Amino acid sequence: MDVEFQHISKRFGSVKALTDVSLTAKQGTIHGLIGENGAGKSTLMKILTGYQAKSGGDILINGEKIALKTPDDAAQIGIGMLYQEPMDFPHLTVLENFSLGCPAISRERFTASLKHLAYAFGFQLAPKRRVELLTVGERQQIELLRLIHCETSVLILDEPTTGISPAQKALLFPALKKLAHEGMTILLVSHKLDEVASLCDEVTVLRHGNVTHHTNAPFHFPELLEAMFGAVPEQKEKPVARSTGNAVLSMDKIQAGGERQGLQLNSFTAKSGEIIGLAGLDGAGQSTFLRLAAGLTIPAKGEIQLFSTQLPKSKKASRIAGNLQTVFLPADRLEEALFTDISLSDHFSLRDKKSSFWQKNQKNKQRADKAIQTFSIKGRPADTADDLSGGNQQRLLLALLDPKSRMILLENPTRGLDIRSGQWVWEYLTQTLSSEACIVFSSPELDEILHYSDRILVFYDGKIVLDSLTAETDHGSVAAAMTGMTGKEKISNIEQGISNVE
Amino acid sequence: MVQIVKDILAAATLVFGFTSLVLFIADAPVLDAFKHIWLGSFASTMKFSQVLAVWVPLILCSCGLLFAFRANLWNIGIEGQVIMGAIGGMAVLRFPGLENPVLILTLSFIAAMITGGAWGLLAGLLKTRGGVHEIFGGLGLNFVAQGFILWLIFGPWKRPGIASMSGTELLPHKLWLSSPPGWRIAYAGLVVAICTLILTWLFLYKSKLGLKLKAIGKNPRAALLYDISPEGYYLLSIIICGAFAGMAGFMQITAVYHRLIPAISSGYGYLALLLVMLAGYRIVPIPFLALFFAGLNVGAIQLPIVLQVDSTLSGVIQGCCVLSALFVLGMRQRRKQL
Repeated sequence: MDVEFQHISKRFGSVKALTDVSLTAKQGTIHGLIGENGAGKSTLMKILTGYQAKSGGDILINGEKIALKTPDDAAQIGIGMLYQEPMDFPHLTVLENFSLGCPAISRERFTASLKHLAYAFGFQLAPKRRVELLTVGERQQIELLRLIHCETSVLILDEPTTGISPAQKALLFPALKKLAHEGMTILLVSHKLDEVASLCDEVTVLRHGNVTHHTNAPFHFPELLEAMFGAVPEQKEKPVARSTGNAVLSMDKIQAGGERQGLQLNSFTAKSGEIIGLAGLDGAGQSTFLRLAAGLTIPAKGEIQLFSTQLPKSKKASRIAGNLQTVFLPADRLEEALFTDISLSDHFSLRDKKSSFWQKNQKNKQRADKAIQTFSIKGRPADTADDLSGGNQQRLLLALLDPKSRMILLENPTRGLDIRSGQWVWEYLTQTLSSEACIVFSSPELDEILHYSDRILVFYDGKIVLDSLTAETDHGSVAAAMTGMTGKEKISNIEQGISNVE
Repeated sequence: MVQIVKDILAAATLVFGFTSLVLFIADAPVLDAFKHIWLGSFASTMKFSQVLAVWVPLILCSCGLLFAFRANLWNIGIEGQVIMGAIGGMAVLRFPGLENPVLILTLSFIAAMITGGAWGLLAGLLKTRGGVHEIFGGLGLNFVAQGFILWLIFGPWKRPGIASMSGTELLPHKLWLSSPPGWRIAYAGLVVAICTLILTWLFLYKSKLGLKLKAIGKNPRAALLYDISPEGYYLLSIIICGAFAGMAGFMQITAVYHRLIPAISSGYGYLALLLVMLAGYRIVPIPFLALFFAGLNVGAIQLPIVLQVDSTLSGVIQGCCVLSALFVLGMRQRRKQL
C-alpha cells in the first residue's frame, strides 16, 4: 500500500507541531523519517496510527482518503507500529503475546504460525517463556512477528535499534529488507544516520515540524545533516574567551547506569573557567554525565574528583558536591528542582543555607521581590512554583543559584525559553557569575552548543565519541558524531549482516 | 477552606444517614439512639469530661500524624507507637524506690515519648535503610507491639496470683494525674493537648523545619538539590509522630485506665489517621473533628444498656463514620482528578 500524507498540520494549543507536511511512502520501500528530537516525527506517526487527530490535511492509502479516528481504525487498515519501548504484556508468554490482537484461531495454529515466522526470520523464541524474562530485542521480535501475522501492510518502526544488541540488530535489518521486498510499506523513524543509510530507499527530513529535505538513496550525509540541524550558522561574535585554570572535575574509568545505554567513559578532566557543551541525541549519556558530576548518580565503577575531593560512592556524594559549590539545574524543573504548592518566597527560604528556626517570611519575601525584578520573573512572591511558566521557572532557578558557585551543571538551560530569554540566561551565566566558574551544559540545539561552549563533548550510545575545543571543530563534524557517523566499521558490519541473509 | 466545610458537612450527613439506616435495620428507635448519643456525650459536665478524655489522645495522635503526612509518610504504625509509649511510661511508674510522684510522672512522660519515638524510628529505619514501605513496616510493628503488651500483662507484669485481660494492677492513687472534682479528665492532659496543638502549628506553619518537611513531601528529588536529605527528615518526622503517640499512651495509663490493659490504645491511632485525612491534612479543623469523633465514641457506649440493642452496634456506628469519611475522601480525590 502506498501511504501519502498531504499537507498535514497539527497544533497543540498555540504550539505548531507539524506544518504542511507532505510525503509519500511507496509500497515495497523503506522510507526513513529523520530529524532531531521534537522535529515532529513521532507526532506524524501518532496521527497515522490513530492515536492523535490531525488538525489539517489528508492521509491517503493507495490514493484514497481515509479517516483514522482510533488506533483500531488504523489496525483494521493494516497499519501497525513497532514502538521504541515494548508495548506488550510482560506477564504473558511469548505465544500469548503473539496471539493477541489478531482474529482468534486455535492455539495450535498460533503456535505453528509463530514457529514458521520465527524460522523464516531466524529468530529464536521459546513459545512458553514469559515475556518479562526476555531482552528488549526479543520482545521486539515477537511484536514484529505478531504484526506480520496480523497482516500488517504498513509497518512503522520507532527507533527500533534502541536498547537491542548488535546481534539482534544484525537479524532485524535483513528481516526488514525482506519484508519490504515482499511488498510491505515500511516507515522508519530514527535519528541515527548510519542505520538510515543502510536500510532506507528514501528519506524525508523533518525539522521544527516542517519537511526540510527529501531524497532517494544513495544519501549525501552533509546534506542530511544540514536539513536535520539547520544550515551552518554564520560566524557569530564569540563571547569573550575565558582563561582556564586548574582541573576542577575529573572522571576516571567510569561505568554508570541510567538513561538507555548508561555511560562509559575512560578519562575526562574539566578546568576552571571552561564552558563545556555536551552534544548528543536524547538519552545518549549527557544527563547521566551531569548527574554523575553533581553526585546525584553514583557510578558502578570508576572515580570522580571534584575540586580534588573524591566523591564517595554513597548518597552523601550530592551533599559533598553541594558543599564544594557545585550546582545542578535539571531540565525537568518541576519534577526535579522546584516544589509544587510551595511559594517563591518559600523557595528562597529553603535555599538559605543559614540555619534558623523560623521561616523568616518577610526577609524571603523581599528576596523573592528582588529576584522577580532582577530576573524579570512574571509572578508574585506568594505564587507557587507550578503557577509559573517554563521560562519563568528557569529564571527562578537561576535566581536561586548561588552566584558564588564554582561548578555549574546545566541540563538544557534554555529549554522552553524564547530566543530573548535564552540569550538573557547566557548573559547571566557568562557575565554575572564568576569567570572562574566551570560551566558544563547539555543542549539539543547544536547552535547553542557551538556558540557558547569553549569545548564540546559529543555523546553517542553512552560513550563520548568526540572531545574537542570548539575552535578546532565545526558544525558538520559535531552533527556527524551525534548521529554515529564516526564509526565506519559499524555500518559495514550491518551491511555485511544484510548480505549474509540475502 | 469552603471546600473543607462542604466535605465535613457531607461526611456528617452521610454519618447520620448511614447510622440511621443501620439503627433502623437493627430495629432500634433511631431518634432515641441519637438522643442517647447526645445525652451520653455532651449532656452533663461529667459526660463531657469523658469526651475530652478521648479528645486528648486523639489530638496528640493527630498532631503527630500531621508531621508524618507533611513529609508524605503514612505512619500506620502510630497504633503500635501509642502502645509502646504506654509500656514505656508504665515501666517507669512500676520502678521501685522512687518517692516523689511529680518526678515519677515526669520521668514516665519522658519515657513514654522516648519509647513511642523509638518505635516510630524503627518504622522509619525499615523504610530508609530496608526499603520497607512505612505502611507495611508500621503494620508489622503494630502486631509486635500488641504481642508485647499481651506478654507483659500475662507474664512479667501480671497481677499477683492472677493474669487477666483486665490488665495489670491499678496504680497507686498518687500516680494518677489529678482531675477536677467530678470530672474524668486530667488537667495535665488538657494542657498537654492544647500545648501540642500550638507547638504543632508553630513548627509546621512557621518554622523552617515545617517548610523543609513540606518540601520533602512534595518533591524528595528536588530536596536533594537544596541540600535537604529526605532520609534524615523522614526519620525526624516519624520520630516526632511516635513521640506524640507515646504521650497519648502515657495519658491513657495515667489519666484514664490507671493501669496497663491490652486495648490501651483504644484504636485512637487509627481513628486519628482518618481524622487527619478528613481534615485535609490541615491543623485548623482537627480540634473540632476530634471533638465530634470523641463525642460519638463516648455517646455510643451506653446505647446497649439504654436501648437494649446489641453491644456491637456502637462498633457498627463507628464503622459507619469511618466509611463515610473514606467515601468523602474518595470523592474529593475524584474531584481533583476531573
